[in-house]
Amino acid sequence: MMRGVSKRIGSIRFAALSPEEIRRMSATKIITADTYDDDGFPIDMGLMDPHLGVIEPGLRCKTCGNKVDECPGHFGHIDLAMPVIHVGLVKEIKKLLQSTCRSCGRLLMTKEEAAEASKEMDAVDDLGGDYIDYRLMAKETAKGASKKEFCPHCGEPQEKITLDKPTTFRENGHKLTPKEVRERLERIPDEDLPPLGINPETCRPEWMVLTALAVPPVTVRPSITLESGDRSEDDLTHKLVDVLRINQRLRENRDAGAPQLIVEDLWELLQYHVTTYFDNQTSGIPPARHRSGRPLKTLVQRLKGKEGRFRSNLSGKRVNFSARTVISPDPMLSINEVGVPYEAARELTVPVHVTVSNIEALRQMILNGNEPELRDGKYVPGVNYIIRPDGRRVKITDRNAELVAEGLEPGYIVERHLMDKDVVLFNRQPSLHRMSMMAHTVRVMPGKTFRFNLCVCPPYNADFDGDEMNLHVLQSDEARAEAMILMRVQEHIMSPRFGGPIIGAIHDHITGTYMLTHQNPLFSKQEVLSILTNVHYGKPLPEPHLIDGKECWGGHELFSLILPDDLRMTFRASICQNCPTCKKEECEIDAFVKIRNGVLLQGTIDEKAIGSFKGRILDKITRDYGPDASREFLDNVTKIAIGAIMVKGFTTGIDDEDIPAEATAQITDALNVAIRKVSDLVEAYHEGILEQMPGRTLDETLEVEVMKVLGRARDEAGQIAGRHLGMHNSAVIMARSGARGSMLNLSQMAGCIGQQAVRGERLSRGYWNRTLPHFKKGDLGAEAKGFVKNSYKSGLTPTEFFFHSMGGREGLVDTAVRTSRSGYMQRRLISALEDLKLKQDGTVRNTADMIVQLHYGEDGIDPTRSVHGDAVDVDDILSEVLGDEADLLAKIGETKQIGYATVEKDLMETIEEEELEEPEYDMGGDD
Amino acid sequence: MAESDFNVLTHTLVPEHHLMSEEEAQQKLSELKITKDQLPKIRKGDACIKVLERIHGPISEGRIIRIVRKSATAGSFEVYRLVVKDVKG
Repeated sequence: MMRGVSKRIGSIRFAALSPEEIRRMSATKIITADTYDDDGFPIDMGLMDPHLGVIEPGLRCKTCGNKVDECPGHFGHIDLAMPVIHVGLVKEIKKLLQSTCRSCGRLLMTKEEAAEASKEMDAVDDLGGDYIDYRLMAKETAKGASKKEFCPHCGEPQEKITLDKPTTFRENGHKLTPKEVRERLERIPDEDLPPLGINPETCRPEWMVLTALAVPPVTVRPSITLESGDRSEDDLTHKLVDVLRINQRLRENRDAGAPQLIVEDLWELLQYHVTTYFDNQTSGIPPARHRSGRPLKTLVQRLKGKEGRFRSNLSGKRVNFSARTVISPDPMLSINEVGVPYEAARELTVPVHVTVSNIEALRQMILNGNEPELRDGKYVPGVNYIIRPDGRRVKITDRNAELVAEGLEPGYIVERHLMDKDVVLFNRQPSLHRMSMMAHTVRVMPGKTFRFNLCVCPPYNADFDGDEMNLHVLQSDEARAEAMILMRVQEHIMSPRFGGPIIGAIHDHITGTYMLTHQNPLFSKQEVLSILTNVHYGKPLPEPHLIDGKECWGGHELFSLILPDDLRMTFRASICQNCPTCKKEECEIDAFVKIRNGVLLQGTIDEKAIGSFKGRILDKITRDYGPDASREFLDNVTKIAIGAIMVKGFTTGIDDEDIPAEATAQITDALNVAIRKVSDLVEAYHEGILEQMPGRTLDETLEVEVMKVLGRARDEAGQIAGRHLGMHNSAVIMARSGARGSMLNLSQMAGCIGQQAVRGERLSRGYWNRTLPHFKKGDLGAEAKGFVKNSYKSGLTPTEFFFHSMGGREGLVDTAVRTSRSGYMQRRLISALEDLKLKQDGTVRNTADMIVQLHYGEDGIDPTRSVHGDAVDVDDILSEVLGDEADLLAKIGETKQIGYATVEKDLMETIEEEELEEPEYDMGGDD
Repeated sequence: MAESDFNVLTHTLVPEHHLMSEEEAQQKLSELKITKDQLPKIRKGDACIKVLERIHGPISEGRIIRIVRKSATAGSFEVYRLVVKDVKG
């Protein structure tokens, strides 16, 4: 496993640097604040000293003698004229000052107490505590010690130490200079440090007050030469210049015996510069700024936050062999495939090791050059580079192709263009779940977009209004094998989120199967051929029906072609009206789906059957016949649905929301009645005869009553409108079959939009005691508080439009706030869970091998394979075992009216409960 | 706040807590093939430990508590926690 690893990190330890160590590792001492002389050469013992490493190509490092990329850079150091406090360690220093004696330096604890504390710390280790427990204990020890008023060792009375942020320590209000602080820390004996959580072998407290400052290598702060020839220095260099300058002045003034006041001022200035050198966002002091007014980016700023070293360079990196472009749909592709444009395929490469068996093919490929023309209108892969066994890369050009092809030998690596059947990873941000990145096989095709089957939109949450997606080409056989087994789209049809299919038909595909199967329409031979051209079905077409001497096939027969032979299902479709007693086989809207032996006997195939999130047939096929069968089924569904919708034709327009004049009159009447009722309520409220509801104020009672009346009015308007919108209407077909939109959407377009709300209440704010100046102050009527009588189609009055905008704005703000907040919540959740791992024995453990959960999920069930969260689907097994007997039993149970659980009815009820809330796709709007 | 006589273990939201005997604990550990320090922890100052101490007398650090919880997925589920030092504040 560790083959090829010559050096391995056994352990890593972070500790404070001692001044001696800083000087020892220093390549040179820095004394001058100047960087370059007039000729542009770096000054010795300046900040750009050539001993600190090389940044210019061609030069050699004066310390190690290596060239640019070989020299790692070397630290230098600045000797500080006076000690300064390290901002990053003030809390630690404060703790130490408070818990030790001001005169003898001992920990303010008796020997016994100290021994007790040490023992407890050892015990933490035995019981598997981590550094957080240590820190907590050390903090407590320090807290206990700092409460002592006299030193138990020398009897010295203790003074109160306070920290004046960020770096000034005071004792009873008197300032302690860093020098005094350092002296005190020096007095703390080694043996008193462990109880305070410090290992004296690696860290002495006085090191927290700096006397020498490490200067990072020039490679860490390279200067850039602008086009004009001017040099521009890194922010860190600027800050170090400031430190050096003040350090120099401080030393001169001190040595010349300048007044104490001046020396102290300079000392404080030095402290400021060193503080901002570490962290330029220290609270309490103004950030150091560039001449342009931009705050400097110093050490802490380099590491912290989203753009810092950790999150943007170490946890996440930029990669090669990747592409990004706009996406578009292609129902002819399998769900496992992705269409890649020629341009991208020529740029992305796969390394192939040359062997005796593939050498000829690869030679041919090299001869194609790096940009082969289409051959017979077909894409031909070429080669961009070859890598020789000595590691040298040779770029293939038209000129050298023949030569290189001739010299090709086993052991070479050929970087050939992407071609059909290559394995790639495909991803859309935000990558919120594992289905956000799946493995597809490539289909190189013309055009400039990535294309994929529409069934794969839900897992990526993609639409085609300008979305872009990323593609990564796998570079090794191991990676390809792993991706094909674990990450292929067909392995992710079931979502671990709810134990149902997340990949499934959407929009027009649902409409398509609806039109194919609803009421079992007949199709002529020509139509049947047109529908089935792209469908791969394994059984023969059944005998045609002869109607008027013409050969015809029913939609159910066509759909049955793509079902597995022994499929057996019974359920109710999306269009089901939920009648109080189900008529089952006699259902007049054909909502009762019955499949026996892989033949759709009756019923409509819609969202409930094949839709993503809800598809029952999809669920059953994936579970019982495996991902391969499921993939085939989905591919066929897309094609048969597209075929059917193209044969039948489907369109929608605003005339789909047309309702007769008498219906409009009815709606107006109903709304007027409701509005009158509201004014009656308001009148009753003013007269004080409105009956107060328990637990509510009079005002609240009125609001509740009004909302109830208006809500009912809106529903009524919707019902009136709905009565005139039948199943012959395209918009209704889409809404009822679950393809797109809802009946509410339609009733808002045809009937009445209804009450607008902000924060769940009727609109009330804006002007003093009214929403708009169009109304009287204190008007509590329906129109004055945001009730919209009109429909989207009839058009809104100006006041209604304004109210509607208020409600709409709240929605927009909510989405904006929700996404940012849930993004942050997700981040925290993932960082809490990222290193948890399911072990072979079923336990969940973290990286320290500690047990987090004794049995995964407490029941050990993989949610992906669960039945909407349950371990077993009893009803399914029952109908599997009993077959039609289950129905029979149900019938007997129903007729006898006994307490015995009726199987079929139970089945239906569970379907109802299982109905999952589908995430609302955004209706249009931009990307 | 003064210590009250209320027994937290009788509360509906608090799962059952049982002190395991040393032998039981040892047996369970070998069954799970783990050492004590790999277990989740419970502070000695936990209200439930205090109630158990009223029954069993003082419970030293290093003892193991068996907790039987209601589980949405498995009906009921047992977890084991190691008693560790209390940290105030």
